[in-house]
Amino acid sequence: MKQRKILGSEAGNGYLMLSPTAIYSIALMAAPLIAVLVFSFMTPGYLKIIWKFTLSNYTTVLGDPIYAALMERSLVMAAAVTAATVLSAFPIAYFISFHVSPERKSLWLFLITIPFWTSYLIRVFLWKVILGYNGVINSAFEAIGLIKQPMTFLLYNANSVVITLAHSYAPFAILPIFVALEKIDRSLLEAGQDLGESQIMTFLRVTLPLAMSGVVASVLIVFIPTVGDYVTPTLVGGSSGQMIANIIQLQYFKLGNYPMGSAVSITAMGIVTVLALIFLFLNRRFLRGQK
Amino acid sequence: MTESQDPATRPARPIIELRDVEKYYGDYYALRKISTTIRQGEFFSLLGPSGCGKTTLLRCIAGFEELSGGALLIDGRDMNGVPANNRPTNMVFQSYAIFPHLTVEENVGFGLRRDPGTKAEKAARVAEALEMVGLKGYGKRAAHALSGGQRQRVALARALILKPKVLLLDEPLSALDKKMREQMQSELRKLQRQVGITFILVTHDQEEALIMSDRIAVMFDGEIAQLDSPERLYRRPVSRKVAEFIGIMNFLPATVVEVGAEQVALDVGGLGRLSITAEQCPGGARTGTASVGFRPETMTLLFEGDPEPTRARVAEGKVTEVVYYGDMTYYEVLLDGVEKPIQISMRNVVGRPVLQRGQRTRVAWDPAALVLFG
Repeated sequence: MKQRKILGSEAGNGYLMLSPTAIYSIALMAAPLIAVLVFSFMTPGYLKIIWKFTLSNYTTVLGDPIYAALMERSLVMAAAVTAATVLSAFPIAYFISFHVSPERKSLWLFLITIPFWTSYLIRVFLWKVILGYNGVINSAFEAIGLIKQPMTFLLYNANSVVITLAHSYAPFAILPIFVALEKIDRSLLEAGQDLGESQIMTFLRVTLPLAMSGVVASVLIVFIPTVGDYVTPTLVGGSSGQMIANIIQLQYFKLGNYPMGSAVSITAMGIVTVLALIFLFLNRRFLRGQK
Repeated sequence: MTESQDPATRPARPIIELRDVEKYYGDYYALRKISTTIRQGEFFSLLGPSGCGKTTLLRCIAGFEELSGGALLIDGRDMNGVPANNRPTNMVFQSYAIFPHLTVEENVGFGLRRDPGTKAEKAARVAEALEMVGLKGYGKRAAHALSGGQRQRVALARALILKPKVLLLDEPLSALDKKMREQMQSELRKLQRQVGITFILVTHDQEEALIMSDRIAVMFDGEIAQLDSPERLYRRPVSRKVAEFIGIMNFLPATVVEVGAEQVALDVGGLGRLSITAEQCPGGARTGTASVGFRPETMTLLFEGDPEPTRARVAEGKVTEVVYYGDMTYYEVLLDGVEKPIQISMRNVVGRPVLQRGQRTRVAWDPAALVLFG
């Protein structure tokens, strides 16, 4: 009797509707995360885990300069990708929001998603074709006589990783900024001009602060996954373009050292979380409730 | 466009001159060759139904729309090519356009960035402006936490702090509830007298325009149909269209028999032959078919025991509808010899009964209250 009451109640219905998502989240996100956390405190044995608590993995991660160097490079590259992506996404979002007629906006957003029609892997390979030794850029420049030898700084380094990632994440950055710009009451911009400000100053004093919630979202959406990106540096990064995820992959699957790989993962997650929180804190005045 | 002489308005220099102002979008005319003058220090209203061009005209003055033709002068200076940020006008927007990311005082002080005053001077001016609109002590509040009425006050303070030559108000009261609106109407009027700045109000609410304005321009289809004081607009509308837009007007078919220099002789269905003065023909008079109009309050029902009117004439009819408002009663009366019932409003006085539907009644009316429409 009591059981039926819970099932029929509003709260019961709510939990019922939530349960597929909850089960999915617990099984595929929380559980693996807890496993990784537990692994990171275990003693590494050769190709197996010795179930004995230790902090040695963390002392290695924090002590060995290779990890710090890779983490730093990952953060710098992710920052570069984020800057390139968000700075190029803003004008596009602005253009669609302010200069495309309302009935055409959906079409433009649809066009922006076209890169998603092919798999990410294929897009990365396409960049190899474009940037490679005998690639599109080198062949074209050679053909018109701009260069004698193919340029080698295009592919297999940090630059190519940044270019490839920036291209992949552009739509993710455009959409939140677009949404924030769409929400701006156009009469606010007229009010800015009416109160004596030029269009540029109105943009800086009204449009930009009101679009900052979208910019902040874009930054996080691009920065957080790119710090831990593994596919792109593997395919186009060369040795100088390797990032923190590459060493995690190395620890897990090449060396079979789960505890060490887990400790690097947890440390990287911690650093990214702290940076994201600091970033949110610095931008808190743009994120408070607005009607 | 017709502008009649209004003896009541004070002599004042023009602040805005419109010369054949035109605005069209493709082949749609929003404004058709509007020429008029708005005087320094007056409360001027642009009144009309939606789509009549009143908001377009306001936006042309503000500089948000470019003229398609003609010239617009503010304080003697041609505004052609002058962008909104360099015009001596400020606007209170219909949505108030309060910056949601700023506090109340940041909103009010928004336009002071280039002002040469010191920080303390600016803060004092912001405080003064807030006090003027009755928001003293609200400076630190977040703008998005304000009520509709408070937002409007912030919008007013933000515009007035810049001491514009003309303040433009785009239907500023339409979003407020009735009580708040009435309060703001009288406050705005007081504020306008206090600061002495020319106010131009756009509204579709004829009552609001009548209450607040020194002069009203009634607009239809991109043209000014009549520009007059509220009283003349109400008593002497130049056309049936203007008369119908402002308040209630009864119309009766009439024939103009003779047009003299001072008097016009008419034959009005249901009322008989009569003569009115030329002043009662604001739209002019020609012999032939026409119509006469009168306001519901200019006719009076005669009750048992009322003294016989001396000046007024008396008609008879039947009550067809009664609407009781408390202080007033609205009657619809079908006069003998008239096809359509007319509306008559009566103040409810102690001891006077409210008539029932179907009762016969006598109606006293004065030819001096009639207006002739050609």
